[in-house]
Amino acid sequence: MTEPRSVPRSDRSPWNWLLIIPIAVPLLTPLYNMDSPRLWGFPAFYWLQFAFILIGVTTTSIVYQMTHRRAGSPSPAASTSPSEAGDE
Amino acid sequence: MSDHIVEIVVFSILFLLVSGMGFVAAKWRAPKDMAHLDEWGLGGRSFGGWITWFLVGGDLYTAYTFVAVPALIFGAGAAGFFAVPYTIIVYPIFFLILIRLWSVSHRHGFVTPADFVRTRFGSPTLALLVAITGIVATMPYIALQLVGIEAVLKTMGVTGDSALARHAPIIVAFAILAAYTYQSGLRAPALIAFVKDTLIYIVIIVAVLYLPYKLGGWGTIFDDASAKFAASPAPGDGITLNTNNQLQYITLALGSALALFLYPHSITGVLASKSRNVIKRNMSALPAYSFLLGLIALLGYMAISAGVKPLPGAKAGSVDSNTVVPLLFDQQFPSWFAGVAFAAIGIGALVPAAIMSIAAANLFTRNIYKEYFRRDATPAQEATVSKIASLVVKVGAVAFIIFLDPQFSIDLQLIGGIIILQTAPSVGLGLFTRWFHRGGLMAGWVAGMGLGMWMLYSIPNAATGRKHFGGSAFPLSDFGFDTPRTIYVGFIAVLVNLVVAVIATLILRALKTPDGVDGTRLDDYFADEGDPRLENARTTPDAVGSST
Repeated sequence: MTEPRSVPRSDRSPWNWLLIIPIAVPLLTPLYNMDSPRLWGFPAFYWLQFAFILIGVTTTSIVYQMTHRRAGSPSPAASTSPSEAGDE
Repeated sequence: MSDHIVEIVVFSILFLLVSGMGFVAAKWRAPKDMAHLDEWGLGGRSFGGWITWFLVGGDLYTAYTFVAVPALIFGAGAAGFFAVPYTIIVYPIFFLILIRLWSVSHRHGFVTPADFVRTRFGSPTLALLVAITGIVATMPYIALQLVGIEAVLKTMGVTGDSALARHAPIIVAFAILAAYTYQSGLRAPALIAFVKDTLIYIVIIVAVLYLPYKLGGWGTIFDDASAKFAASPAPGDGITLNTNNQLQYITLALGSALALFLYPHSITGVLASKSRNVIKRNMSALPAYSFLLGLIALLGYMAISAGVKPLPGAKAGSVDSNTVVPLLFDQQFPSWFAGVAFAAIGIGALVPAAIMSIAAANLFTRNIYKEYFRRDATPAQEATVSKIASLVVKVGAVAFIIFLDPQFSIDLQLIGGIIILQTAPSVGLGLFTRWFHRGGLMAGWVAGMGLGMWMLYSIPNAATGRKHFGGSAFPLSDFGFDTPRTIYVGFIAVLVNLVVAVIATLILRALKTPDGVDGTRLDDYFADEGDPRLENARTTPDAVGSST
């Protein structure tokens, strides 16, 4: 990767928008602020927030898989046109 | 003391084992030349996926967290569970933002967030503000790690009558910590983190399987807690949130997440990894710790169910709720396993304390010493200064605990989260845009800091009878709104900071006030492992120009 680069690099990717989900969902308290239904004795308030951790893991894994640069090949993110949705 | 002899022996053995590892760590993945700040302060910027996972996990989830979060749940219920949404949303934020800081730091050889701000905005003064903010926010955080150890020692009965006797074990523990951090740098906490996290995982998995079985199941535990809160006169408690504290819950979770990625010790952990992919993969793996934290938080309810009564605090008539979890272990586990659990908490304090002191020392070295005292310092001199600064920082933290009421450290930690947030526009937004004027960022910093301090000062705490610095939940009625709702102080302060920064930038641009030169290029923010580094990166001229 030492030769001059013709395509300017970028980390913009429409996949990044997926990360809004694990940021927004845990902040929407009306979604989970209740006692029932209980799961294994856990009130909904608790087991739902534990479930949100899995949402976080899933979305970051998907975004990583879809955007990471593989050695020797150009970045899939870099081929995205800069006018498309980014993370700014 | 004799009741706890087995616990004390197990605790001491594990503690000494780990201390030995700390000294050996200097030889682990040893560099050719340790006398370089990249080696001592960032472990050679070479850590792969596993080491980064243990290091950052051990760094972010501190002993204080393990003790204080369940204590909060024990006292207030659902409101204390904010730690879970907080540690969920922090990783996507890391994924999007810190990855750029890693790249630009890799390219330019930055060691601290203030290094980045200096080059990005061409302003040593703004960098100094960021560095001082970081040091001031980190110091009480280190002191709080001692509070975590102290809660354990208190439960084991290792306390004397005089101030010195009470603190002697902590002084010894910190002296050992200081010695191996001095010698091994970031490699020491990286190696110890393996032991710490393994112990914590074992203890918590055993606790969440064994204790509910003993206490009658999860349903009973939650019902017991619910009954306790129903009987208490406090309005804000309960096993779910009420209409008045939801906004506080949300803004505290978001504000804490934003503060976490700005803390110098989190940035140190991230900069020590070897590539962008290592960081990105870790953002999917680190939530395992959030799961653990959620389970630890629930230990607070188990303590209610088990009828734990916290030990008395420093002042007569007060209780030290931080002793809730150690007491729960002490009462419910066989003593040898309680010793293991206590060691997990004690060692859990050492890893973050080491990383925090390294981060604070790096800030001092790079952004104060090198900037203002010795501009031509070599990397070897930087490493030496940083090593000494790390000792000073630790002595300061011990002094905090010995000479001041521990409550003072807790207050300062509360303030710390709010003041570190005030660097968000410079460090966080600065990674995406150079639109802000350096003067605007300084004005915003002053405004946010001032407002935040005033708000904290005006919050009383009914439970402890204190008039000021009683918490971070600011009643909106103080702003003239007709509502009993509360909001997190840091959130309001950083919003005001941002608004002032925008307005001041527009004014300074209109007045054509000179702005600093941006020493970075767009491509720097995507640099990866294998890309060439810029040598002598700190070449940004101090002369003002009309850049951007």
